[in-house]
Amino acid sequence: MDKEIKHFTVSIYTENNIGLLNRISAIFQRRHINVESLNTSRSEIEGVSRFTLVVDITEDQMKKIIGQLERQVEVIKAYYHTDEETIYQISAMFKIKSDLLFEERQIQNIIKESNARIVTVNKEFFVLEKSGRKQEIDLLYRELSAFGIMQFVRSGRIAVTKNQMEISKMLEAFQH
Amino acid sequence: MKETQTLKNKAQNKDASVRITGSEAIVKCLLEENVKTVYGYPGGAIMPLYDEFYKYQDKIHHVLTRHEQGATHAAQGYARISGDVGVAIATSGPGATNLITGIADAQIDSTPLVCITGQVPSHLLGSDAFQETDIVGISTPVTKWNHQITKASEIPEVLAKAFYIAKSGRPGPVLIDITKDAQFEEFDFNYEKCKGIRSYKPVPKTDENSLVEAAKLINEAKKPLIVWGQGVILGKAEKEFKAVIEKTGIPSAWTILGVSAIPTSHPLNVGMVGMHGNYAPNVLTNECDVLIAIGMRFDDRVTGNLATYAKQAKIVHFEIDPAEVDKNVKTDVAVLGDAKDSLEKLLPLLKENTHAEWRQKFKDLYKIEFEKVIKNDLYPTKEGLTMGEVLKEINTQTKGEAAIVSDVGQHQMVACRYAEFNQTKSNITSGGLGTMGFGLPAAIGAKMAAPEREVISICGDGGYQMTIQELGTIFQQKAAVKVVVLNNDFLGMVRQWQQLFFDKRYASTEMVNPDFVAIAKGYYLNAKRVSKREELADAVAEMVASKEPYFLEVCVEKEDNVFPMIPSGATVSDIRLE
Repeated sequence: MDKEIKHFTVSIYTENNIGLLNRISAIFQRRHINVESLNTSRSEIEGVSRFTLVVDITEDQMKKIIGQLERQVEVIKAYYHTDEETIYQISAMFKIKSDLLFEERQIQNIIKESNARIVTVNKEFFVLEKSGRKQEIDLLYRELSAFGIMQFVRSGRIAVTKNQMEISKMLEAFQH
Repeated sequence: MKETQTLKNKAQNKDASVRITGSEAIVKCLLEENVKTVYGYPGGAIMPLYDEFYKYQDKIHHVLTRHEQGATHAAQGYARISGDVGVAIATSGPGATNLITGIADAQIDSTPLVCITGQVPSHLLGSDAFQETDIVGISTPVTKWNHQITKASEIPEVLAKAFYIAKSGRPGPVLIDITKDAQFEEFDFNYEKCKGIRSYKPVPKTDENSLVEAAKLINEAKKPLIVWGQGVILGKAEKEFKAVIEKTGIPSAWTILGVSAIPTSHPLNVGMVGMHGNYAPNVLTNECDVLIAIGMRFDDRVTGNLATYAKQAKIVHFEIDPAEVDKNVKTDVAVLGDAKDSLEKLLPLLKENTHAEWRQKFKDLYKIEFEKVIKNDLYPTKEGLTMGEVLKEINTQTKGEAAIVSDVGQHQMVACRYAEFNQTKSNITSGGLGTMGFGLPAAIGAKMAAPEREVISICGDGGYQMTIQELGTIFQQKAAVKVVVLNNDFLGMVRQWQQLFFDKRYASTEMVNPDFVAIAKGYYLNAKRVSKREELADAVAEMVASKEPYFLEVCVEKEDNVFPMIPSGATVSDIRLE
């Protein structure tokens, strides 16, 4: 059995119901698995939610968890993918003192080079938004932290797969 | 067009509906689902529902247990013997949390339950109100599905779903939490049974190719072994299963929850697998060339060390729950689907066989087990009584027609090893969770679901005292349960492990017990104690003859051990006989 720990993105299509987040996280928790990142949103299908989780586990464990996720009454379908099989992004926001924007030339260069976007500027602070891979955001964090970051927040990973997931067809089939 | 149709339907439904309260709607839903008996305990947040039980008492029988745990176990016993959904009711807070052990037990043993809990009024949710607890959050990991209702109008649809989910596919417990204001609220009631849920596929589609592959492996096998579990019983596949084994002549062993699917005396029945199972099927698990698992889940108590479990064999797994395939044991062929349907389709693909030489091996090993273990258990020559001889006496006097409801521990292993069964759904025990305290209340539910049957609860002195208060329920309901306590004044199974693996350091396993007969008599039950071999047959006869509930305490040898035994984590074929 494959014992190598891998980085997996889990995509779970579900009904939009209260309590499902608890039910899904419990499946990871009971196997003592740490969820690295979690995002919930609507999906491409009306009324269907999509959970995106990132976990570091073996493929063997991953398969068993997919089975236990799909066993849940309100889970429509669950998939797992490696980084190579997905296009993925995370987003981060940095709140920084406005003075620095004018006093520290270097900051303007950092913003330009990182492709970060200025969301808002006022007398006290400005807010930068950066989407991309985790490494890019980590790099920007390191560069900006030298000047002082008032607030930082990073989102969970969101991902779409390179190959098709047959979820829409499956749902159509259910309805007939 | 479609829209007008829907509107029309809606209008018609409106005509069919009646304006009632949420609590009356709950009772009507239960009646729609053909529920005749429920087990529960009243309290503040569930009082509106109890008021309806009062009004509907001629249609629905509410059984007041003495503790909510007793209500869930009774509902489990009811479900296990009848195959119907068991229903348990409790109030919010402590009432609801007391259900949890039974719910967890039902989840791991795939028992269909619908549990209804009262909840504080919706405007108080989350405010740490009196008797408020987040029972939906607490029960999530141990339920197949759960849901909180805050509006009366949700009641019919959610309860219809609850029953559908509990009993379909691989059954399990469902918990529905209903706020007190939703129970009081009036709405237009209309009930429709649930026929499907888009995100839920109770029975996976059977791949015809997998059946062909499975048949090929089975037909080519020289030394096949079948291990069946509760899936055969839950899937009502007893007849199809019997046809398959009789056509192929394959020796068949059972898990603790699978027993009674075929009669104990069936010539192809080679006994129990697992930790305290029979010698032959455990040893030969590691000699067979094809292991055919049917409706079982390779629990660690069955497999012992997975790294050395049936490594020489090809594994065929018939299973309704895809999550069980390859979970513990890697399969060569998995046949997904319902056991009845799969076995029916498999039968014509199978070749007739007898496997006479291979079956002889089971008989030879049985002789060894008989000499080393069974003889001493069933025909003891020492002074003290053995648990085995009590079971043998019960077998003789009930002719294998009794349903045996056991608790958890040494007596449970002895009961499952030696009880003889002629009919299915006759062994009711807590397999997966190992819940001490299960036996007495589960027997009440079983007896009430099948009053025509002899129901004998077999408990140890430890587990019996965990739910001993349910003697009150037996008395109040006049449920003619026969209760046997095999008393060795020890938590026997733990003591056995302490003897074998902890150098006889008997930490907190010796029990200073009360006068059990006096307690039973305190509940106005007929009761007797025996401690001598010559008294046993008469006492069992008196118990079996009784038309009323009866309590029998049998004082057995204090420090007997249950053998054979596969020590925890050891290889199945290294099973110890002494």
